[in-house]
Amino acid sequence: MKVLTYNPELCTGARECEKVCAQTWFKVPDREHSSIRIFEQEGKFRAEFCIQCGECIKVCPTNALYYDKQGIVRVKKDLCVGCMSCVGFCPYGVMYYEPQQTLAFKCISCGQCVKACPSGALKIIEVETVSTDLWQGKVGF
Amino acid sequence: MKAVTRNVLAEFDYTVPTIERGYTNQTLYVNVGNGEIKAKPVTEEMKLKFTGGKGFDLWLLWHAVKDTTRWHDPENEIVISTGPCGGITQYPGSGKSLVTTISPTTDIVTDCNTGGHFGPYLKFAGWDAIELQGIAERDVVVVVDAIRGKVTIEEMPEAPKDTHLLGAWLTEVLAEKPEDRYYIATVTSGQAAEHSLLGVLNFSLFDRKRNDLRYKQAARGGPGTVFRHKRILALVVRSRPFDGKTNNPADLARLARVGADMQREVAKWDPVQNRMRNRGTPYLVGIMSDYDLLPVHNHKFGGHPKAHAINGAYWESRFTQDLPDGCWYGCTVACAHAVDGFELKTGPYKGQKVIVDGPEYETAAGVGTNCGIFDGDAILEINFYCDTYGIDTISYGATVAFLMECYEAGILDKEKTEGLELRFGNAEASLELLHRIAAGTPFGKIAGMGVHKLKAYLIEHYGADAQFVHDIGMENKGMEYSMYIAKESLAQQGGYALTNKGPQHDEAWLIFMDQVNNQIPTFEDKAEALHYFPLFRTWFGLCGFCKLPWNDVVDPKNALSDEPHKIPHHVQNYVDIFSAVTGREITKEDIIHMSERVYNFQRVFNIRLGKGLREHDMPPYRALGPVTEEEYLSRQERYDKQLREWLGLDPSTMTLQEKMAAHRKYRYERYEMLMDAVYERRGWTRNGVPTLEKLQELGIDYPEVVEVVKKHL
Repeated sequence: MKVLTYNPELCTGARECEKVCAQTWFKVPDREHSSIRIFEQEGKFRAEFCIQCGECIKVCPTNALYYDKQGIVRVKKDLCVGCMSCVGFCPYGVMYYEPQQTLAFKCISCGQCVKACPSGALKIIEVETVSTDLWQGKVGF
Repeated sequence: MKAVTRNVLAEFDYTVPTIERGYTNQTLYVNVGNGEIKAKPVTEEMKLKFTGGKGFDLWLLWHAVKDTTRWHDPENEIVISTGPCGGITQYPGSGKSLVTTISPTTDIVTDCNTGGHFGPYLKFAGWDAIELQGIAERDVVVVVDAIRGKVTIEEMPEAPKDTHLLGAWLTEVLAEKPEDRYYIATVTSGQAAEHSLLGVLNFSLFDRKRNDLRYKQAARGGPGTVFRHKRILALVVRSRPFDGKTNNPADLARLARVGADMQREVAKWDPVQNRMRNRGTPYLVGIMSDYDLLPVHNHKFGGHPKAHAINGAYWESRFTQDLPDGCWYGCTVACAHAVDGFELKTGPYKGQKVIVDGPEYETAAGVGTNCGIFDGDAILEINFYCDTYGIDTISYGATVAFLMECYEAGILDKEKTEGLELRFGNAEASLELLHRIAAGTPFGKIAGMGVHKLKAYLIEHYGADAQFVHDIGMENKGMEYSMYIAKESLAQQGGYALTNKGPQHDEAWLIFMDQVNNQIPTFEDKAEALHYFPLFRTWFGLCGFCKLPWNDVVDPKNALSDEPHKIPHHVQNYVDIFSAVTGREITKEDIIHMSERVYNFQRVFNIRLGKGLREHDMPPYRALGPVTEEEYLSRQERYDKQLREWLGLDPSTMTLQEKMAAHRKYRYERYEMLMDAVYERRGWTRNGVPTLEKLQELGIDYPEVVEVVKKHL
C-alpha cells in the first residue's frame, strides 16, 4: 500500500500540511477540511491520518469505498450517500465528513502535504502492512 | 430492461418537486377501480397536527372511509408514508415506511411499521404519502416513475405472484441500466394473501453487497389481504440517486454532529452488548426463555430446554457476517440479516437456493418455539414461504399454535384438518399447511382466517367449548398476540391489550422494566408507563424512524442519567434530528404532544369503526394467567406463593381448581384496576373514550371527531 508516514520528532507544528490538504481538496484552508490533523500537547506534536487499513470498506452500504491499484482506500463521490457509517466505524477516527456535501473524505496519499512540510516530517512510502506506527516516526524514517 | 406485455390503463404526468425540509408537500391518490390519479396538497395544519408517516396515513384514511366501511369495501384504502425524517442517511434507522388500512381481522384500523426502501423512494419521487383506493377488475401494477415523471396503473399479465419472483421480475422490467436497480423499490404480497386474512406486504430493498433483492414486512393486521383483494399485484417506485441532502434538511451540520456521535456509539458498544450487527433480533430467543418470557406451545409456557439450540449464537453462525445489513442506508445497527443460499426442501420452489430474510425474533418464536418447533432449518423454510406467499409470520405462528392446541385437545382431528397432524413440534405439518393456504384448499382457507374467526368457526362447526377456546385463543380486538409471555407482567398485559390496533409490542414493551427490574411497582407507575411509552414509541412512526437504535445499543454512561429507562441522550438526538431536518425547533415534551394527537385520533377512529371501548381492551385469560392445570402445575410454586402473598389464602387447603379460580378472579380484577388507572392517565372516560377536554387540549376536536365521541360521553 502507498501510505503517508509522519515523524513527530521532526514536526514543528507549522500545520502547513493541514492548510494545503484542505485547500487542495476543498478550496478552503480550514483544518476541518484537512485529511491530516495535527495535535499539540505540552509542546510536542502528533498527527492522525488514514493508514489505509481498509476496515471501512465492509461497512459501506453503497460500495463507495474500495482499494485502488496502489493500495489506497478511495471514496467514490458519486456513490457516497453521506451516511457516516465509515466515520463511526473507522478504528482510528480518521474518516472525516463534509456535512454540506454529505461526503466522507480521508487521506489518499496524494503527497501535497509532503511537499508543503517545512521540516521534512512527512513522507509517502510503500508498505506491505499498516499500523499506527506510521504516526510515530517508526516507519520510513 | 426486460420487454414484457404492459397494458397501461391510466396515467398521470407530474413534475417531481424539490423536497423542502423533509416534505414534498403533496400526496398521491390512486384509485385502481376507476383509474383516477391525482395529487393532493399537504397543508400546514396536517404537518403541525399529524407530522407525517402514520399521522398522515390516519388523516387520509379517515377522510376516505365511512363509519360502516369494511376491509373489503372499495373505499377502504392502503396508505403508505415515511415521515419528514424518512430518507435521511446520517442517523441509523431513518427509512421506515408506515402503512395503514382497515384490517380484515380486526375491522378497525391497523398500522404497520416496515423497513425497506419504498417510503423514502416514494418521497424522493415526489410524494409524502400514497393512497390506494378502489378495486380493480383484473390484477394491476401501480408504477410511480420519477424518471419519466409518470404514475401509471398497468396490467402486466406475465408477472409472477409470489414476492421473491415478482420483486426480481419487476426490477428487471423497469431498470434500464444495472445501477437503476438500486433506486427501484417494490411492495408485493403473494398467493397466501388471496386465501387468508393474515396477508402481509413485502417491502423490497436492493442489497448492493449481495447484488440481490431482500424484503422487509408490513405485517400486522392483514394489509396484504386488502392489497390482493383490490387486485393490486404490486406497487413500484422508480426513483433517482440520492444522498443525505435530498430531504433538504434545514441544518446539515447539526445533523452530521448527531449522526457521527451515534455511529461511533454503535461501533463501540454493539459488539459487547446485543451484537445486533452479528445476530439481529433473534439474540432474544435464549434470554427470553431464561426469564420465562418465550412463548412455547401457544403461550402456555415461557421457556423450553431446547430454546438455546436456536439462540443468538446459533443464528450468528447461520447469518452471513460482515455485510452492512441495514434496511435503509446509514443504519449501522444493521439487524436485517439473512441466511444465503438456503435450499428449500418443500413446496413449489423445492430445490431453489434462496436468501431467507431472517428470522427475526418474532418469527423464530412465532412459527418456531410457540409451535414447539426448535429446528433452525424448519424455521427458515417457514419464514421464507410466509414471506414469499405473503402471510404474516406472527399471525401465522399464533394461528398454527392455536390449531395445534385444539388438535391436542381433541377439538380437531385428521379428518377435519385434511389429514394434517397438527401437534406441537410437527414442523412438516405446519409447512404443509402453509402450502395449502397458498393453494387455497378448503382447510387452508379455514386456517387462514386467523385466531379470532377460527374460534367462532370451531365453536359453531365442531362444538368446541366456547370458554376454553376463548381462553386459549391468543387474540385481542381480532389481532393475534406477538411473542412475549405477559402472564407475570401486569404492565405488559396492558401493553398488549390497551393498544390501538391490537396486541403488537410496538406500542409498549415493558416486560423487563416491570417483571425483571421491578421499576414500575405501583398502579400509578404502570399507568404512567402505559401513558408515556406508547406515545414516545408512536413518535418514531410519525417521522420515519426505527425504534431499535433508540434502545438496542446504549452507551453505559446512560445508567448515570436522571431517567435511564428513557435513554435521555438518544431522546436528545431525536429532538436534534427532527429540528435539524424540518427547521421546526422542538423539545422532548413536544415529542409526546405530537404523538398524543395522533394516538387519540386513532383511538377515536377505532370507536368510529365500532371498537375502541373498554370491552374491546379485555384480554383472553391466557394472556393474564394459567388457563389449564398443566400451566398451573408447571409453575406451581410461584402460583401457590402468589395466593399466599396477594390474597392471604392457604393453597394447601385448596383444590387445584379452587386455586386456579382464585387466580383468575384476582388477575381479571387487577387488570380492570389497571385499565381504570391507564384510562384516567390518558384523559379518557372509564369506558376508554377520549374526553372532549382531551380532544380540545390536543387540537383535534374537529366536528367529525367530536361527533364520534359525543355518542359515548
